[in-house]
Amino acid sequence: MTGVLRVLRSVLLTLGLPAVILLAWWFTSAGSTTFYNPPLSAILGTFRETWFSAPLGESRLAVDVVPSVLRLLAGYGIALVAGIALGVAIGSSRALRAFAEPVLEFFRAIPPPVLVPVLMLFLGIGDTMKIVVIAIGCLWPVLLNTVEGVRGLDPVLRDTARAYRLGLVATLRHLVLRGASPQIVTGARQALSIGIILMVISEMFAAKDGLGFSIVQFQRGFAIPEMWSGVILLGVVGVLLSLVFRAVSHAVLRWYLGYRQSQHGGA
Amino acid sequence: MSSPANVADRPVDDHPGGARLEVRNLRKVYTGRGEPVEAVADLTFEVRPGELVCVVGPSGAGKTTLLRCLAGLLPATSGDVSLGGAPITGPPPGMAVVLQEYGRSLFPWMSVAQNVELPLKEKRVPKARRAELVDETLAAVGLADVAGSYPWQLSGGMQQRVAIARAVAYEPQVLLMDEPFAAVDAQTRFELEDLVRTLWKRLGITVVFVTHDIDEAIYLGERVLVLSARPTVVLEDVAVGLGADRDQLETRGDAEFARLRTHVYELVQQAKQGVRSLADAHLTHPADTPPRAGA
Repeated sequence: MTGVLRVLRSVLLTLGLPAVILLAWWFTSAGSTTFYNPPLSAILGTFRETWFSAPLGESRLAVDVVPSVLRLLAGYGIALVAGIALGVAIGSSRALRAFAEPVLEFFRAIPPPVLVPVLMLFLGIGDTMKIVVIAIGCLWPVLLNTVEGVRGLDPVLRDTARAYRLGLVATLRHLVLRGASPQIVTGARQALSIGIILMVISEMFAAKDGLGFSIVQFQRGFAIPEMWSGVILLGVVGVLLSLVFRAVSHAVLRWYLGYRQSQHGGA
Repeated sequence: MSSPANVADRPVDDHPGGARLEVRNLRKVYTGRGEPVEAVADLTFEVRPGELVCVVGPSGAGKTTLLRCLAGLLPATSGDVSLGGAPITGPPPGMAVVLQEYGRSLFPWMSVAQNVELPLKEKRVPKARRAELVDETLAAVGLADVAGSYPWQLSGGMQQRVAIARAVAYEPQVLLMDEPFAAVDAQTRFELEDLVRTLWKRLGITVVFVTHDIDEAIYLGERVLVLSARPTVVLEDVAVGLGADRDQLETRGDAEFARLRTHVYELVQQAKQGVRSLADAHLTHPADTPPRAGA
């Protein structure tokens, strides 16, 4: 009984606020005759035919949303690999850190959207430009957090790995990457939200497809309910991606939650 | 939990046994920011193959520095450390360590069994043999039933048993222990001391056990090296004539144990006051049978 109650409570807590907001939007906009602020019922009414109109292969979902998400994943993936690799190298070497830090600080301070017009000059307006923009924007949080994570590795663990003659590969795999994984995940989480922002922005400047492109196109064509439905879909995509992220990071950091509890709570 | 007592039954012959550890004129000066600090002045001693030697000294006597030099984790400023005749320049094969900070020397993202197995994988021990060694050693330290747990789910004493199991499974010729029981409670400590004696006798390996606890040093050791305050030298190399079988009650109640305890205690007190050689030491309870070993 108490178990059921607990589940019920957590469902209420999770879905309560979104439900309240949606209901508030629904009722306050119900009688709206303002052109730019259509009733929520109208927005949801257009949602299906805007994004999922059959055949599915030619729907906006396939033509606009999927390319957007693929570019996001490509850029994000590149940023993860490059950020972790560079972060491990910089975090492991004090000399490299002193050498690279000023430059890193400089690049981190540049807001990534500013790169879009610059990169357009070099890479055009195709997929490459967008993937590069996303990759560059996502790189910094991953890189800087990885550096911190590697720097913060326990020297006793490092000594242990050395004393038992762990080779380079084993040290990287079993000590460095695992030990830095809490910080790497933090960086990856920040990078994901930056990536979603850049996915949209890179399409708003210039594009021939994409979710951000569609929203701008609807806005320019005064298809206001469709525009709003695009914003909602964008939010849904973001939530789905963060759910996937949560599941993956939970699997990677299963040990970490209990470990942290044992460090602070018990003993 | 199976009792650690049954480990003595296992045959000794499939273990490599101990190796000789030699330290000659070891000196270590830390040069960092600020003044250089001479931690170890001049240490010379030898640990015979299969011997269990304890190292005691006042706090800050450079015990940990010495152990890190022995382990090849810290380069000596001058002097030689060699294992089985081969100079130690980095962590040598055939050497295992157990550090004081049990909570920080085990990989928290690995299970107990994985922690024990990892060094064996690097040693390219075949898979079947690895599983055998992990099972055997975890049973030997009485942890067979928590093989799948994470280290941080265990008590401090159990975590240190895992570290010991990892060291033993590695089948080292030399086992270095740096104040391994300083952070566990007194009762657990007695059990772990007996475990070390049992494993040492079974495996016939060379053990260097660093501690600040005088009773522990005498109870465990065949010899006790008493160090001076830093910069460190050997104050005295005390032979412990307590026989091969030690018992927490009998041995600690023994008159010889009491005599050694008094003697070593006085030496450590003198060392704290800056005495750097036996000739300068003022001992109020002179040792009637001067126990000299080694030098």
